Amino acid sequence: MDGITRRRALFLSTALVASLGAAACGGTPAPAGDKAGGVVTITVNGMPATTQAADRKDFEELVKQFEAAHPKINIDAREGQMDPKTFAAKLAGGQLEDVYYVYFTDPAGLIQRKQGADITPYLAGVPYLSDIRPELRQVFQDKQGKTYGLPTGNYSMGLVYNRELFRKAGLDPDKPPTTWEEVRAAAKKISALGEDTVGYADYSKNNQGGWHLTSWLYSMGGEVATEENGRWKAAFDSDAGRKALQTLHDLRWTDRSMGTRQLLEIGDVQKMMGSGKLGMYMAGPDNIPTIVKQFERKYEEFGLAALPGTATLGGGDGFMFNPKATPEKIKAGLQWVQWKYLNPDREEENVTKFSGLGVPIGLPQPNLFAGAAQQKIQAIHAEHANVPQENYKPFVDRSPQVEVKVEPPNAQQLYTVLDGVMQSVLTKEDADIDTLLKDAAARADSILATVK
Amino acid sequence: MSVLPNPAAPARRTRRLRDLRRTGAAGGNRARGRARATGRGRRLRENLVAYLFLSAGLICFALFAWYPIVRGVLLGFQQVTFAQPAEWVGLDNFRRLFADPLFATAWRNTGYFTLLALVFGFAAPFVTAVVLNELRRGRSYLRLTVYLPVMLPPIVTMLLWRWFYDPGPGLFNNVLGVLHLPAQQWLESEHLAMISLVLVSTWANMGTTTLIYLAALGGIPGELYEAAELDGASIRRRLWHVTIPQIRFILLIILLLQVIGTMQVFVEPFVLTGGGPNEATVTILLLLYRYAFVYNDFGLASAMSTLLFVVLGLFAVLYLRLTRTKD
Repeated sequence: MDGITRRRALFLSTALVASLGAAACGGTPAPAGDKAGGVVTITVNGMPATTQAADRKDFEELVKQFEAAHPKINIDAREGQMDPKTFAAKLAGGQLEDVYYVYFTDPAGLIQRKQGADITPYLAGVPYLSDIRPELRQVFQDKQGKTYGLPTGNYSMGLVYNRELFRKAGLDPDKPPTTWEEVRAAAKKISALGEDTVGYADYSKNNQGGWHLTSWLYSMGGEVATEENGRWKAAFDSDAGRKALQTLHDLRWTDRSMGTRQLLEIGDVQKMMGSGKLGMYMAGPDNIPTIVKQFERKYEEFGLAALPGTATLGGGDGFMFNPKATPEKIKAGLQWVQWKYLNPDREEENVTKFSGLGVPIGLPQPNLFAGAAQQKIQAIHAEHANVPQENYKPFVDRSPQVEVKVEPPNAQQLYTVLDGVMQSVLTKEDADIDTLLKDAAARADSILATVK
Repeated sequence: MSVLPNPAAPARRTRRLRDLRRTGAAGGNRARGRARATGRGRRLRENLVAYLFLSAGLICFALFAWYPIVRGVLLGFQQVTFAQPAEWVGLDNFRRLFADPLFATAWRNTGYFTLLALVFGFAAPFVTAVVLNELRRGRSYLRLTVYLPVMLPPIVTMLLWRWFYDPGPGLFNNVLGVLHLPAQQWLESEHLAMISLVLVSTWANMGTTTLIYLAALGGIPGELYEAAELDGASIRRRLWHVTIPQIRFILLIILLLQVIGTMQVFVEPFVLTGGGPNEATVTILLLLYRYAFVYNDFGLASAMSTLLFVVLGLFAVLYLRLTRTKD
């Protein structure tokens, strides 16, 4: 082997540089938002994926419209919504959008971990914000009343039911159950139809069991957690907790109305509903279009009732702001969120356009606003409704009697605990309800001890 | 000179390196009269070429494997939000880990899974390989059949088995019904759930192990069997006295690899049971996933993965020692 010639040295150094380049994959792009000529560019997510061609096209058109109306703001829209698996990594890597989508379960933790920007100073003068229902605004506020985001969608749990199965089982689809006893009776009759028909189904996996059990507890007049002198404690080891679990137990084991397969999650239950094999399940109005679209059903087949009892769980979604975003970007982001999602002035135009595209108009929720703004929106919806309003009458009529409560603090962690409770009751006929509640409460207390 | 490797060079270099290690000097087969320094300089130059070509791989490794490992260990001693600078909390995360009642449950469940996986997953491929090895016909067809499940994407496997296990219209309960046996709550019973998961895992992964055993069996000299047969040894005795001792080393390696692999079980409980019923199938990795992506507590998750890393590291060291002594 002879020595390295100059040319080879050159070649090798080139190879080295090339290999270094290959190794340093994924350089950081220049951050969007550099102000050029006073124009602010903001990154926002929530853009529909290309697979949803019509929604995507519509979103892109709206971005163009917004930019035309706001020449000083550029929107750099990204796909995707809240994904806990990538959120922290995106934040750490400086890749989190300036305006990002969240579910109602997220803000409390994000605010506590300072992963959202305080937008209080920039709210003044943003139209319609004061018309948003206060209880929904509170989801994005801390104890001091500072605001970190805005709600853009909401739901509360009711009962979605199959009107056809009600008829078959000799029940009146216009008079769905209003108490849990009536739910049991109806579920029993529907299960009696045979052919793998299930009267009532509920979730018990991947935190969704805990999520629904929370709604059960509220319905029975109970709480998941309560605050005393600034300290949170589990509150479900109570009569309400026992009643909720006993009812579930009786539905599953005494009446045999919940089928044999358990450890279900939302997709499984929607599939059961979509295949016409399920009588009732607990869900918000937003589930109906999902089932209709995914399983090619008709809106006429499904009804919606309010949840039995005195209260229900409410949730929803909204947008928060990157803690590293500049004031200019936050102001621009607020304008975008208000214009796109919280804008009664654009409702007429939107609804006229969407009702022709098969987007459901006339579902009872979201209902984000209070007072005059809400009345205006409702009048427009009633005029252009393309889904059977009468099917949702039981929900709308009884809603005023059912208080909507938000999720507990550290909701997702508590749900993992309550999942186990739900699973035990639905998979063990001899489940000891008292012990289950006691053990789960002890674990929940240690989770709640970290709430600041 | 071409920069392409000279096929003789590696052997020569290895020999030289061995000499170097042994004598501590440049030695070997260079022509006498050459200055030592020249030899060393040349070697350095030769190696420089190698290092330059290796650098891309090394840098990629450092960036995407070693750095995350080190960072992960450090995270275990920090509290991070990624919005503020990380806060050092010492052993706090580990204390919180040990205080979580699910921590012990997860280790217990994982240990149980590993044990069951060894009972099923260790014996099944060995028996299958021995049977396949004895076959005269249809061997390649069966070999393909055994390997087929490995080729299925894990999620497809899970969804398929979910239907097998469905307590209503599922395959297994239908078969039991035909045989007039009572239906089972495969995934819904605390006692059966873990066994059901192990069955899925074994079915999905035994193809690879079977092929390794088959290769090992193929390497056993035929004379040994002939000698045993002449001595009148039965099949069982041949298996016990010839086959097993001959592939003992492979058996041990597979055993260790299986322990390392099964302790990292995640997909089966994640998809099929979500850790239920009543936490009966919460495994270490599933709990780790919850810490990171449900609780958003990356410090806690990293502390947990560091512990797992240490435990699996012990098995890995054992594995390396065994394979090295064999070399």
